[in-house]
Amino acid sequence: MKDILQELETRRHAARMGGGEKRIASQHDKGKLTARERIDLLVDEGSFEEYDMFVAHRCTDFGMEKNRPYGDGVVTGWGTINGRLVYVFSQDFTVLGGSVSATHAQKICKIMDMAMQNGAPVIGINDSGGARIQEGVDSLAGYGDVFQRNIMASGVVPQISVIMGPCAGGAVYSPAMTDFIFMVKDSSYMFVTGPDVVKTVTNEVVTAEELGGASTHTRKSSVADAAFENDVEALAEVRRLVDFLPANNREKPPVRPFFDDVDRVEQSLDTLVPENPNTPYDMKELILKIADEGDFYEIQEDFAKNIITGFIRLEGQTVGVVANQPMVLAGVLDIDSARKAARFVRFCDAFEIPILTLVDVPGFLPGTKQEYDGVIKHGAKLLFAYGEATVPKVTVITRKAYGGAYVVMASKHLRADVNYAWPTSEVAVMGAKGATEILYRSELGDAEKIAQRTKEYEDAFANPFVAAERGFIDEVIQPRSTRKRLARAFAMLRNKKQDMPWKKHDNIPL
Amino acid sequence: MFNKILIANRGEIACRVIKTARKMGIQTVAVYSDADKHALHVEMADERVHIGPPPANQSYIVIDKIMDAIKQTGAQAVHPGYGFLSENPKFAEALEAANVAFIGPPKGAIEAMGDKITSKKLAQEAGVSTVPGYMGLIEDAEEAVKISNEIGYPVMIKASAGGGGKGMRIAWNDDEAREGFQSSKNEAASSFGDDRIFIEKFVTQPRHIEIQVLCDSHGNGVYLGERECSIQRRNQKVIEEAPSPFLDEETRRAMGEQAVALAKAVDYASAGTVEFIVDGQKNFYFLEMNTRLQVEHPVTELITGVDLVEQMIRVAAGEKLSITQDDVKLTGWALESRLYAEDPYRNFLPSIGRLTRYRPPAEVAAGPLLEMGTWQGDAPAGDTAVRNDTGVFEGGEISMYYDPMIAKLCTWAPDRAQALEAMRVALDRFELEGIGHNLPFLSAVMDHPKFTAGDMTTAFIAEEYPDGFDGVALDEAALRRIAACCAAMHRVAEIRRARVSGRMDNHERHVGEDWNVTLQGQSFDLRTAADRDGATVTFADGGSHRVTGDWTPGDQLADMLVDGKALVMKVGKISGGFRIRSRGADLKVHVRSPRQAELARRMPEKLPPDTSKMLLCPMPGLIVKVDVEEGQEVQEGQALCTVEAMKMENILRAERKGIVAKINAGPGDSLAVDDVIMEFE
Repeated sequence: MKDILQELETRRHAARMGGGEKRIASQHDKGKLTARERIDLLVDEGSFEEYDMFVAHRCTDFGMEKNRPYGDGVVTGWGTINGRLVYVFSQDFTVLGGSVSATHAQKICKIMDMAMQNGAPVIGINDSGGARIQEGVDSLAGYGDVFQRNIMASGVVPQISVIMGPCAGGAVYSPAMTDFIFMVKDSSYMFVTGPDVVKTVTNEVVTAEELGGASTHTRKSSVADAAFENDVEALAEVRRLVDFLPANNREKPPVRPFFDDVDRVEQSLDTLVPENPNTPYDMKELILKIADEGDFYEIQEDFAKNIITGFIRLEGQTVGVVANQPMVLAGVLDIDSARKAARFVRFCDAFEIPILTLVDVPGFLPGTKQEYDGVIKHGAKLLFAYGEATVPKVTVITRKAYGGAYVVMASKHLRADVNYAWPTSEVAVMGAKGATEILYRSELGDAEKIAQRTKEYEDAFANPFVAAERGFIDEVIQPRSTRKRLARAFAMLRNKKQDMPWKKHDNIPL
Repeated sequence: MFNKILIANRGEIACRVIKTARKMGIQTVAVYSDADKHALHVEMADERVHIGPPPANQSYIVIDKIMDAIKQTGAQAVHPGYGFLSENPKFAEALEAANVAFIGPPKGAIEAMGDKITSKKLAQEAGVSTVPGYMGLIEDAEEAVKISNEIGYPVMIKASAGGGGKGMRIAWNDDEAREGFQSSKNEAASSFGDDRIFIEKFVTQPRHIEIQVLCDSHGNGVYLGERECSIQRRNQKVIEEAPSPFLDEETRRAMGEQAVALAKAVDYASAGTVEFIVDGQKNFYFLEMNTRLQVEHPVTELITGVDLVEQMIRVAAGEKLSITQDDVKLTGWALESRLYAEDPYRNFLPSIGRLTRYRPPAEVAAGPLLEMGTWQGDAPAGDTAVRNDTGVFEGGEISMYYDPMIAKLCTWAPDRAQALEAMRVALDRFELEGIGHNLPFLSAVMDHPKFTAGDMTTAFIAEEYPDGFDGVALDEAALRRIAACCAAMHRVAEIRRARVSGRMDNHERHVGEDWNVTLQGQSFDLRTAADRDGATVTFADGGSHRVTGDWTPGDQLADMLVDGKALVMKVGKISGGFRIRSRGADLKVHVRSPRQAELARRMPEKLPPDTSKMLLCPMPGLIVKVDVEEGQEVQEGQALCTVEAMKMENILRAERKGIVAKINAGPGDSLAVDDVIMEFE
């Protein structure tokens, strides 16, 4: 009997050694951790249970039958993050370069199926050389199976991808369909076609880092939601994110004990909005002063900085925040910011996360570049996302809310539940100067008259009261008491239920 | 007594004057420029008058505007504060003409002391010690030697037309005097075309020590001890204290009596300050007299219990001094730290912007001010005093138009060591965010061995921080205390995280007791044993600390006790740990479980990018203009681009010769601090 038990331990040990000491050392030399070390950092210590440890591939071509390592290049199973269930797969670059075979894909599919059935997030750690060429079309079929599950799981359980090594070719499309993609600076890259192919086809000379490194994807392409310094930091931050997210689409977001005063008054917010309407201020200060303990998890921090997206907690409950950032391009809406915010709003709506919208928006960015690139359809994404969202929606206008952008930014007209305005807010069809130039075109030659008209317009419309008279603003609030007001509003909306008409699915302008 | 006074100033000093006036039952009038519309002094005053646009030369120092404000409000007297119109005889004259009292000395005294040469002459006549020197022309080297001997070595041989160290020699003996005279003369001739030379005493190990005097208009005068202001940066005082750790009773009396003699000689009637330079042998020489309230007056108030503003008002109202010299007692020790909106890490570059966080330490009343009932405000009483004179508030703005001083933080204690310790803790407790400030530098000086020993000269900062300030490296004992606190705090934060809803019942996360803490390049393995009141933290290599405190996650200030001794830290969030600021150090502290630490050690050390070949944006702002192109060769000092920040255009120039390799930002781009604008080859 003892021998049999020993046999299990021997096999387990062999499986845990992955690709062997040499390859592990080489992985470490690249500044990367091994698949199992990463899982150690991702889930609570001692909570990981591995499945399919002894799975090996069944390929017999190209001499592969002589090399059938345990695990087949991916470690799968489940564990907990702060006691909450998550499913994990972690590709093992030391085993056959983490390449995807039919069995490798099967392992991933197995835990994805479990995740959907049992209602818990899936976290995928990607570090793979790509398809296992020896397996040919079987490998592609494996990718396809994973893709289909990514699609089925979308909106059912949160899916998070952490890119911790190469992720190239068709492999990128699995992370691409997950909710969040995180990358590690200097040791990860993602692209559909690599630098060599790029050079052959287009004659462009580009490094892997430039083509698909963390900086490219967080700043230029917006494929990635954040980039971190190293594996340790990346996994710690994934844990932090999971603490904000519900386990699945049938559950409310988690609630955490909090050490902050719900009624906390922030006197300094009374002076946040500068006297001069064209002077920028940092909207992040408002977010940090509203949030429980000043804790803000920003999504896509380095992309389309004219809009801010991320998670905070109010009374320990997760709230998704969308905010115009007057510091960048005056907080204008454009293609990038609309896309960024729309995706975030839809994520929140899919997972019952209430949405807080902070508005200071002068309008949409004009120009041929924007129009040629389709700002009409991209802008409509955000409008659509807000309008279809049925989660609690609370909006605070801090300053400008002009024109169509006012309507887009979670206005009362898009079924927002509570719309607050600071006394400094201006809800109008446009700024005073622009409005008078149109309304009083005949007087344009007379600077004095126009100044007088502008002043009249400002006095009449550069305030929240016109909108408040119509009920488009529910209440004008003191900036300093914003946190308290928001906490109360979301508390009041905790049992909100809103149904959509039956449809197969909508047709958001993609 | 007056019913209403106007304060022709702004900021902390206006607030300071208002406090005393209010206590005396006098109505106050504030004046303000556009930039100060929402300032604290405007809020505090009973009445307020707008006096124009932000620049001081269009508002605060325009005599007519102040006179209008007086007329408008019927103020009977004006306190000028310091700076602005405080030493302007024309202002005193205008007030006299309007029959409004000036809360300051008579016009004649201002004029007499306002001129360097006149004041030195008057001082000599009044028997005040002045720097010995020979102002006449010196014929030859032998005469120079003779004069040098009369003055006494060391001497400084200076070119009359000199400047910038040129044509200047220090001589310690006859030979050096002879040589120095010749070389100075030659250098002066070639540099300035003027070879006139003069000689004066060279003051070695100079300290700046000043005497506070208080005189009435009935011929009475007292001195209220001294203040030592040797800690200066480019003639800007940074830290002051009273008394001076250097003076003995005899020197103090000699200086005080001379100072009063000088004040009386010019019929002084108000508070005033006679500044001396004191050498290593306690020889003191008159520098100048400031005919106003000094910035650093609180340290004198704290050790004497005299409210100087109150005395100024009473004197201006014609009252006789109620104290004689015998009544003046110096009790305990007071320190003042000036908080400036200057970034010490960027060579003290002024920093402007919004105070996103401003939480000074709580004031505590103690010492003579408390005993004599002259403490301003309603601070609770304690053993050591904390006083913060300020004119700003959280959410307020530090503008570019005025002095960058944010606050004057003072402590008082029965002795210097305790006052220093109180200051260290008070500085650590001071929360200030949104702008660059010199808090870390002040903390560093408070822990500097020379300063704590009282061993300093006016060259202290230049000598001790010759290459600027780049933060404090804490010793291992201090690091261990911080590590122990952080481990205990991290444990609390992790337990809270493990209490999130939706956990798998019976399979909860167990938060361990063993930790690895890394900070300032050091690594400590330790174990926390927590109980109801705190935690005992034991280090793997021996030693332990008892940590208590009521820190909870999210608190930005951790007021801890380590083995019963206060350790106050500013706590920020970083991934996997804390950003800790304490005692002038700014640390990234990582707290990890042993397994996390083992794996973290495998992570490559990433060096911060080499920015020496980059032009970084020094402040948040908008690029208005880029003056160069990629591939262009630039010379040192050449304009590279213009960044607009707070309506100010700042031209960024090349630090050295080079070739522009890449330009990352163009006109219209808004950049954050340290964004890379361009790179050089």
